[in-house]
Amino acid sequence: MSNALIKGETGEWEIVIGLEVHAQCLSQSKLFSGASAVFGAAPNEHVSTVDAGFPGMLPVINGHCVSQAVKTGLGLNAKINLHSVFERKNYFYPDLPQGYQISQYQHPIVGEGEIEIDLPDGSTKVIGIERLHLEQDAGKSLHDQHPQKSFVDLNRSGNPLMEIVSKPDMRSADEAAAYVTKLRTILRYLGTCDGNMDEGSMRCDVNVSVRKPGDELGTRCEIKNVNSVRFVHQAIEHEARRQVEVIEGGGEIKQETRLFDTKSGTTRSMRSKEDAHDYRYFPDPDLLPLVLEQSFVDAINDNLPELPDAKKKRFIGDLGLTPYDAGVLVAEKERAYFYEFAVKGRDGKLVANWLLTELWGALNKAEKTLSESPVSAEQLGGLVGLISDNTISGRIAKDVFAEMFATGKDAAVIVDEKGLKQVTDTGAIEKVIDEVLAANPDKVAEYKGGKDKLFGFFVGQVMKQSGGKANPGIVNELLKKKL
Amino acid sequence: MSIDKNTVEKVARLARIRLEDDKAEQLAGDLNKILGMIAELNEVDTAGVEPMTGVIDMKLPEREDKITDGNNVDAVLLNAPEQTAGFFVVPKVVE
Amino acid sequence: MANLTHLTIKAALDGLSKKEFTATELAEAHITAAEAARHLNCFVTETFDHARAQAKESDARYAKGDAKPLDGIPIAMKDLYCTKGIQTTASSKILEGFKPPYESTVSSQMFDDGCVMLGKAALDEFAMGSSNTTSAYGNVINPWRSTAHDKDLVPGGSGGGSAAAVAARIAMGATGTDTGGSIRQPAAFCGIAGIKPTYGRCSRFGIIAFASSLDQAGPTARTVEDCALLLKSMAGHDPKDSTSVNRPVPDYAAAIGKSVKGLKVGVPREYRMDGANPEIMALWDKGVEMMKDAGAEIVDVSLPHTKYALQTYYVIAPAECSSNLARYDGVRYGLRVPGDNLIDTYEKTRAAGFGDEVKRRILIGTYVLSAGYYDAYYNKARKVRKLIWQDFIDAYQKCDVLLTPTAPTTAFAIGENTQDPVTMYLNDIFTVPASMAGMPGLSLPAGLSSDGLPLGLQLLGKPFDEETIFTAGDVLEKAVGFDALPQTLQKAA
Ligand SMILES: [Mg+2]
Ligand SMILES: [Zn+2]
Repeated sequence: MSNALIKGETGEWEIVIGLEVHAQCLSQSKLFSGASAVFGAAPNEHVSTVDAGFPGMLPVINGHCVSQAVKTGLGLNAKINLHSVFERKNYFYPDLPQGYQISQYQHPIVGEGEIEIDLPDGSTKVIGIERLHLEQDAGKSLHDQHPQKSFVDLNRSGNPLMEIVSKPDMRSADEAAAYVTKLRTILRYLGTCDGNMDEGSMRCDVNVSVRKPGDELGTRCEIKNVNSVRFVHQAIEHEARRQVEVIEGGGEIKQETRLFDTKSGTTRSMRSKEDAHDYRYFPDPDLLPLVLEQSFVDAINDNLPELPDAKKKRFIGDLGLTPYDAGVLVAEKERAYFYEFAVKGRDGKLVANWLLTELWGALNKAEKTLSESPVSAEQLGGLVGLISDNTISGRIAKDVFAEMFATGKDAAVIVDEKGLKQVTDTGAIEKVIDEVLAANPDKVAEYKGGKDKLFGFFVGQVMKQSGGKANPGIVNELLKKKL
Repeated sequence: MSIDKNTVEKVARLARIRLEDDKAEQLAGDLNKILGMIAELNEVDTAGVEPMTGVIDMKLPEREDKITDGNNVDAVLLNAPEQTAGFFVVPKVVE
Repeated sequence: MANLTHLTIKAALDGLSKKEFTATELAEAHITAAEAARHLNCFVTETFDHARAQAKESDARYAKGDAKPLDGIPIAMKDLYCTKGIQTTASSKILEGFKPPYESTVSSQMFDDGCVMLGKAALDEFAMGSSNTTSAYGNVINPWRSTAHDKDLVPGGSGGGSAAAVAARIAMGATGTDTGGSIRQPAAFCGIAGIKPTYGRCSRFGIIAFASSLDQAGPTARTVEDCALLLKSMAGHDPKDSTSVNRPVPDYAAAIGKSVKGLKVGVPREYRMDGANPEIMALWDKGVEMMKDAGAEIVDVSLPHTKYALQTYYVIAPAECSSNLARYDGVRYGLRVPGDNLIDTYEKTRAAGFGDEVKRRILIGTYVLSAGYYDAYYNKARKVRKLIWQDFIDAYQKCDVLLTPTAPTTAFAIGENTQDPVTMYLNDIFTVPASMAGMPGLSLPAGLSSDGLPLGLQLLGKPFDEETIFTAGDVLEKAVGFDALPQTLQKAA
């Protein structure tokens, strides 16, 4: 139960949240021009005269972006519309060079779908997707460079966006945060968006309203461009409380666009342009309707990667992981893929432990990401393999791992070089035991006199003498016999 | 439907065209003549007719996802009324 | 040497290849003619030096024996075509000084074929008009004069600069764009030929947009055959225009000189409107007779929604233009009038940069797309458009081409028809239906009115069947034998 009711003076209030996420479609070039869509360039470098809205310039759609949108739609379990239409959304803004945004309005490429979100208490909830449509991004205006001027950079202008609109199905900031997190994970698995919120490849508009439980939907406010999961959480908490205060104070919520101030954690009204809502959408006469073949959609569907939910189920069912570990592993595509590569032919649980504790800890300490790991998935698997086949003990494995992390060498190589191979030869171990017993006659007497605790002492001595290489199981077994 | 001076002013604001004081009145007259002509369309029975945007009967052509354009700031800024450091410059936008 | 400016393109190509004269001589003759006719105000920008340089290159190719299909032919380029590094204004103040960093596909194809550009021809601002009186750079004057009065006449529009230049023997041919009649109506007013090909036949890339679903490039010239030669160069598939159709370009000139025996020529009865100019109706009848005499079969056809075409046009074209012209905001190019803030700057820039007709159309277009009116106006018009298109499809079940008048009047005096915008719009009544349906249409001079002004007839064809139009147009042209010259040139000839 994650409905977070707000306690007001007049009773409890329910928060209703819907999200519009703008996800930049992963591609080389822009949606309608051949300029680069890659982030990071000097101002106006990634701009063609099409993106800058020059006279006589015309849009031609990037076929890859169409495939990406379809792929995303399928990943969201959504209906793919074989007939969709690009329309112009008309408004004036300096970073909107054509004076309109080419978007999809009445006929989007993707219709209704749904995703399952994972909540902090371990439960899940299904959130409806209203639609996904393709559209161009606008450029960027910088307002803080000059006291009287704004600077316009059109590098982003024309970048391909997928606007993913949820149904107003979320009831708490936690759910909204979980939704954004899950959506991002799915997009990254699909390879249709890099999910890089810092670079603006995923931006959220959050619609928030409040109501008394069971009442009709209240008037909503749209908080624009909230660009991290944490901010989504903060913005909703603040906005919902603000709305309750306004209503309980006898005021009325007016439908408006608000901005989230990351410094104060509050939302404020955007100075609204009174005519801004009349976008005069109409079908773009420079483009024809986008008509897809079912076979095209089917081909994409057949090549869809395994998505996090399916992967998690498989990790639990086939590899014996706990739901928690499986959840952690699938939460990031790289992590899941790393695990899958490492686990090939190895023990699922053991690999998960090594990945989530040892490697994880070492990476954190070294401030490295998984993709920068000095120990590859294959190498981690190799190490676990040596433990499983008793080549080395778990204890030695820790040393080997440290060496692997420091040098990038294979576990087997390190074991070889340092002669760390576990001794399983009973004769050799017996010899060491005999030496230890011979060297400690008094302790042997004490043990035989009933001081059972001393068994550990003998094990420790034997292991020490063998340089830690003796197989602990055999040591135990032989010691018991000899004593 | 006929439009008055206020409507003309509202539409002009949407279209970002400043109208001198006397202009709106005169334009309202012109626009009403045009709308009067257009209103004759109401005589046509269009029940069940699909609206037509374009006459071309073909598939929307698609481009390959390749970088073939851009990296030409000089050309993009060549005609700019005001520019600095690779940016277009406009009067400050307040949000 | 013959009077070079009076040659057809076909004859000039012949003379050039036989080395009877050089491309440079041909260009100089036209430059001289242009200088002598500056009072007609055909060009927004003269590019004589550019022409000289191109002619020199043509001569080099002729000398080497590898001349291109239109090598050395001097043309005027409608100032709606973006020309790389050369001012392109759309006859608007808002684009004064604008130098495109790119070349339109059509103009680049023509240059590749050896055309020599004399200048950027004036037009109605952003191609919105039928008289060339809405240009920010002054009216274009029709080289023809009425025997009934001594007023300057309009050349028609929007391609008035192009048509006047060709009629006045300043250019051998010119490019145009036709949205509702902007090639055909000025051709009729100036006593020359002009064709709007099927929508999608020529690339719109680099041509400044007026109404994207209607705009189509095409040539004007003094003969049907010359139009065929120019269209061959202009047409073709362009991957940079999503509405450009990918199908081979026929050798249009091969359609010239063929017979029309058995060709079914449709005569749409709705074009015989109440109060129509009797002289024009008589000319139309004469044209029908000529086609019949040439062996064509005359078929009575109906285009029942013709009378709503103009109304449809004046919803759809303004709607599209209101959006197409939003980019002229003074941010990236063109005029900027400084204001107190950004919105003030926008509004002042667009108020100063656009002329009255453009403003009217932007406002109408904004209105018909705005909340609450979209269905009543815009969607309604799109539905009627479908019916107009269907009319043509049905008519072409019964005939191969349609024969109609091009314009309801002859060229009128500058300043007339300006009181009421709707009166001016009626000029396009015969040309607009084919524009709405995307069908190809050719206008050719078919006679003179009682006051000595040219009258045009229009041949409309099936989609992508320009060849039949050229065949029929050539037959009609020969039957008419139009050889009148604008009065301003009669002494010179
Ligand atoms: Mg939105
Ligand atoms: Zn959007």
